[in-house]
Order: sequence, then C-alpha cells, then structure tokens
Amino acid sequence: MMFATPAIGKLVRAASRITKHGGSAFPGKIMETIDPGFLTRTLAQLPYGVVLVSGTNGKTTTTRMVASMLSDLGLKVFTNPTGSNFVRGVVSALLNEVSLSGRLDADIAVLELDEAYAVHFVKQVKPRYALLLNVMRDQLDRFGEIDTTAKLLSHVAETTTGTVVLNREDPRIAALAAKVPADTQVKYFGLAENLKHYFPSDDDMATTVSVEGNAVAVGSAAANHASVIADAVPAGRKHALPADVTLTAVGDHEATFGMDGQTYSTAVKLEGVYNLYNAAAALAVVRAVMADASAQSKAAANARACAVSADELIAAVSRVTPAFGRGEVINVNGSPVELLLVKNPMGFRLSLASFSPADADTMIIINDQYADGRDMSWLWDVDFTSLRQSGVGMVSGVRAWDMALRLGYDQVPVEHVNTDTEQAVTAFVNANPGTRKHIYCTYTAMLKTRAVLGRITEVSDAGVGR
Amino acid sequence: MSKTIDIMSLYPKDMNIYGDSGNVLTIRRRLELYGYEPVIHQYNQGDGWPEHVDMILGGGGQDTGQKKIIDDFYMRADLLRRLAADGVPMLMICGLYQLFGEYFETVDGTRLEGIGIIGAYTVGQDVRMIGNLVEHSSQFGDVIGYENHSGQTFLRDGVQPLGTVDAEGRGNNGKDHTEGARVNNVIGTYMHGSLLPKNPAISDFLITTAATRRYGSFDTASQTKDQAAELARLDRVADNARKIAAARPR
Repeated sequence: MMFATPAIGKLVRAASRITKHGGSAFPGKIMETIDPGFLTRTLAQLPYGVVLVSGTNGKTTTTRMVASMLSDLGLKVFTNPTGSNFVRGVVSALLNEVSLSGRLDADIAVLELDEAYAVHFVKQVKPRYALLLNVMRDQLDRFGEIDTTAKLLSHVAETTTGTVVLNREDPRIAALAAKVPADTQVKYFGLAENLKHYFPSDDDMATTVSVEGNAVAVGSAAANHASVIADAVPAGRKHALPADVTLTAVGDHEATFGMDGQTYSTAVKLEGVYNLYNAAAALAVVRAVMADASAQSKAAANARACAVSADELIAAVSRVTPAFGRGEVINVNGSPVELLLVKNPMGFRLSLASFSPADADTMIIINDQYADGRDMSWLWDVDFTSLRQSGVGMVSGVRAWDMALRLGYDQVPVEHVNTDTEQAVTAFVNANPGTRKHIYCTYTAMLKTRAVLGRITEVSDAGVGR
Repeated sequence: MSKTIDIMSLYPKDMNIYGDSGNVLTIRRRLELYGYEPVIHQYNQGDGWPEHVDMILGGGGQDTGQKKIIDDFYMRADLLRRLAADGVPMLMICGLYQLFGEYFETVDGTRLEGIGIIGAYTVGQDVRMIGNLVEHSSQFGDVIGYENHSGQTFLRDGVQPLGTVDAEGRGNNGKDHTEGARVNNVIGTYMHGSLLPKNPAISDFLITTAATRRYGSFDTASQTKDQAAELARLDRVADNARKIAAARPR
C-alpha cells in the first residue's frame, strides 16, 4: 500500500491536468486523505533536509534565490513552484517529482511557505533550516495582527533542528531567537547602517503623514528600534548581534556583501534594493547549508559537496535571475514593460523607491480578490508622493477608484481611470511606443495582466500559468 | 489670511494599524482645500501636549501597541474627557474606540479600563468580525468601510450608535445591528478603510465643527476656485470608490 500511493497521486495529478481542473492543490488533497504520511516520509529521505522560507515579503524571490544558488553549488534541489506556498501545494509538487516507488531524487528541499501554512507544515516535517524574512502588515484580514503573524513564525523557529536564519533588522523576527531550541544555531542577515533608511520597519508605517508638509512632531517622538531589539532579544545574544551576511552597499545591478569581516562586490541580475537584501538572506542560509554539507561529506568521504568559498557563494548570487512579478521585464511593441507585484504597504513602498518614475509611464492595478486581500486600508499606508512629478498614466483593477482616491489625496495627477483591466492594460502598453512602462499590480491583477500581454506578445510561463 | 486649525494625531506610532493615518491625511488636505491652514501634531506617549487642539484623530492598535500607550493614556484621561465635554470633535477607530469606552475584557478575563468618554463596554470573543461593511447613519448617509475586530462592543442605554447595519455578525457586537458610537462630537467606530477619504460627510462634520468652535463659524472665504474644483473632483472620485466598495463581497 505504502508504495502504491504515489502512483495513485500521480494518476490523479495527470487526470486533473487533462480535465483542466487546473488547481495545483487538488492532487495534494487526494493524497492527504489516502496517504497522510506521504509528505513526512518523502521529505525525510533528503540527506540535507528541508529549508523552509517564510515571512511577509520576498518569500518567492528568496526561495528561488536559495534554490538557484544551491543547484549552482552542486546540490540537487527540490522546490515548490510559485504560488503553491501551502501544504497541499507542496504535496502536489512532490507528486510530480517522486518515482513510482516514492523516491525523491534530490539532496535538499527549499520550500516557500505562507506564514499560516508553515505552522501546519512543521507539525508534519521539522525543517533543518528556517529562513525568516520579515513580518509586515499584509493580509491582516486573514491573520488579524502583525504580532499574530510573528507568533505563527515562532512555531517554525521552535521546530527547526539545524539553523534558523533571522532578519536582524526586523525587531519581531530578531526576537524569535528566544524561541529557537538550544541545540539549533541562530544566524542573522543584516544591513549596514547607511542602508537602513531603504527598509523602514513596520513600526515606521505611522509616518505616511509626517513625511512632508505641515507635520509638527511635539516632543521627542523618534522611534528607537534599536531599543526594541535590545528588549526583545534574550540576554547572551543581546550585544551587537553579529550578522553572518550583511548587505553593505548597493548600486545599479551591483551589490556588496560583508562576510567574516571581508566585503565582496558583484554584478547582479536582480532589480530593486529589496531584492539585494533578499539575496543577503539567501546567502546566509546557503552558507549554513554548505557548511553542514561540507562537514557531512567529509564524514562520508563524499567529494561532491566540499567546502565552498565565499567567492563561489558570491558567484552563485550573481547568476540568480528575477522571479515572476519581481522585476520581470516583458517587451511590448518596443516598450520594456516592467511588472511589479505589490501586495502590502512595505512591498509597495520598496518598489516605488527602487524604480524611478522619471522617463517611464506608470500604471497601477488594484484588485480585491481573496488572494489580493479584501481590505483597501493598506493603500493608505503607502506614500505615493514620489509619483507627484511624473503622475500616473492609468489606474485600473476592481478597486481602481480607491487607488485613484488615494493618489488624489497625495496630489498625484492621474490621467485615466478604467476598471476594465483588459482595456486599460492594452491602451497603456500601446501608448508612447519605446517608453519604459512600470505596472504595479496586486496578485490577481498580475495574473490578468500577464494574460492580456500574452495575447499581444510572447510572455514566458513563470511557473504560475498565464 | 488663512486660519490655522490644530489637528492632533493621537498615538500614531502605536495606534495606527489599518491605514488610519489616511484619516489624518484626508483632514489635512481638505482643510487646505477649504482655505484653512492645518497643523498636524503627532502625539505619542511622553510627548508634550500642544497649546491648541481643535480636533483629535485616533486609530486602532495591536495588543502590544495598547500596552505601550496605556499609562500615558490614563495620565491624559482627564484632559481628554474635558475636551470631549467641551465639544472638541474626535474620531476614534477600533482600539482607541474601545479604550474611549468603559472597559475591555479579554477572552481570558483580563480587564483593561477605558476612560469612559463613550458609554460602552467591550468583551473579547474568539471570532473576528472582518469584512467590507456599509452602515446607515441619519446624519452622514451610508458610511462605507472595512471592519476587523474581535472585541464585541455593547452600548449603554441612551448611547447613540454611529449607524446601523443590516445583518447580524457585523458591527459593534454582531447582535444588535449597531455600529460605532456618537457622544457629543466624539465618533467611535470600527470602520477602517481608511474611513474619512471615502466618507467626506464625516470629514466635513469634523472640519466644520472644529472651525466653528475655534473661529465662531466655518467659512470658505480664503478658498480659491482651483481649490474648490479640486475638492469637487476628489468627492467625485470618492463617490465612485464608494459605489464599488458598497457592492463588494464581505
């Protein structure tokens, strides 16, 4: 029975594809019912275990970076495709890869999990590595509060057996060090002081109003996040948390990372400052994996994974390419069209800061389907004043008028508002041929936009369908 | 010669969770467009109290945020009660709405005292009331926003709600079809959204009340034609946004 179930699962998967059932979770659902031990058993075979990546922003990009770097360094990597960051999605993806006897031909799994699903996942599989990125206000209508989200991630920290890699600059994430079991290592990735202004923490959200104009702060209201970290981190780890990897400088497609007191500069294919910080996160976890792999292979006299030098790690970073909706550029009638996924205030702020609106046309598409988040409040936590000069050419999506209202109160000129996304995208990309276009869109708006562009030009299948 | 209006944003650092800062932005911009000169005072715990306060805007917070402000809040309670009694317009969303009531009792029985400006008390429950919400107000018409809270708030006899909701499982407590509260010129509500941009009637109530208290009347003598046109444009955009929001699933 045990060896027959992958066959049944694979059959269900094939059948669901033929019948265009489409949803990546369906075969996983069947497997959960007929063989609840499948996930645990299959992943337990992996010699280097499981890397779990979670957090509000940057999961997909970072997971892709970690997987790409580990393959680059010689490991066989299993990873879940974009958009299936829930347990059944992982099961479905595994079904695609296992042999009929239930064997998974991989050294390590790198899995992106949504914060809520991560809790279910770690009940079945204890990750060897966890990479916890950040907690921001996102989908609060699902999880309630940011502190609740942090609690979800604390379950991951509690169950990780090898190394937990934490964002030193996010007080709620850094505080999770206290939850890590005694035998598990804690490592941090961090930012040089002069880069911190690019990454305001969630607690800085309150400042949308005070950034310009007549704001008058009474008394000393300056937030002191350093003290928050110091309060939250247990004694012993309290003083000057040393980061394993630090992002120390950024340039145009260029980044400098600090490791062990040395700095390493490299060209990168990634767009946006936040992706460079994600690269620092990926580097930190890849370092931990490769150090263990090297120790393990020495013990096993296996030459494949010998010690990896910092230069090799950096070379692996330089080869990572951007993921779907994270700075993907599609050429339409001679205009480079950049698709930028926005799903929460911090991500939106970072995108706006990363892509200069000068010499580009800007479009924003806001939907409010479940996957986007029904609540529009988040738009008011984004500061759009950087678009005042250039204006916004087109606003679309179900909630186009909410977006237009938001821009109106930030005094950003808007040329057109059209709730019909197909019409709006078509008109926008065809206007001003040759001019660079930025399209900021929520998740379902991104899917729709790719479908519309797919009818005009060649759009690659980025693992999510069109 | 434009007239100054002093707006206080109450605990913006710790009590601003679902875009409540949009309310401050809306008041500021509308005052400018009416020809007034808004001054925003961000008041966080430990800060000095400004000389003039014509309006107070407060938002929601998480449990940790409430803990951080609570001592300072109790210290300012008498002052806030006096200003409320004097008719200072105030808008308190979610967490601060609850704390403007008598008390909040959590699911595990812990009781957090409020400052009693609004005759209401709140008890925690396990289910959150989350979703798009339209409520009906005799003064403001339909109020459109998004609620997200687990506390159930019950108004004392004689306390007016801000509005009424059509179905159960939403509003103050999910049972009695009320939402929010209104005491003097103090409005308490669970409506995020942000509330004020899509509800200009409430924005203008707060603005005209503040101006009238300070200068004896509200006038738009300093308003330019361009400002009037821009305000009308914003209200047309808000109207479109309201229509769509009201028709969206919960």
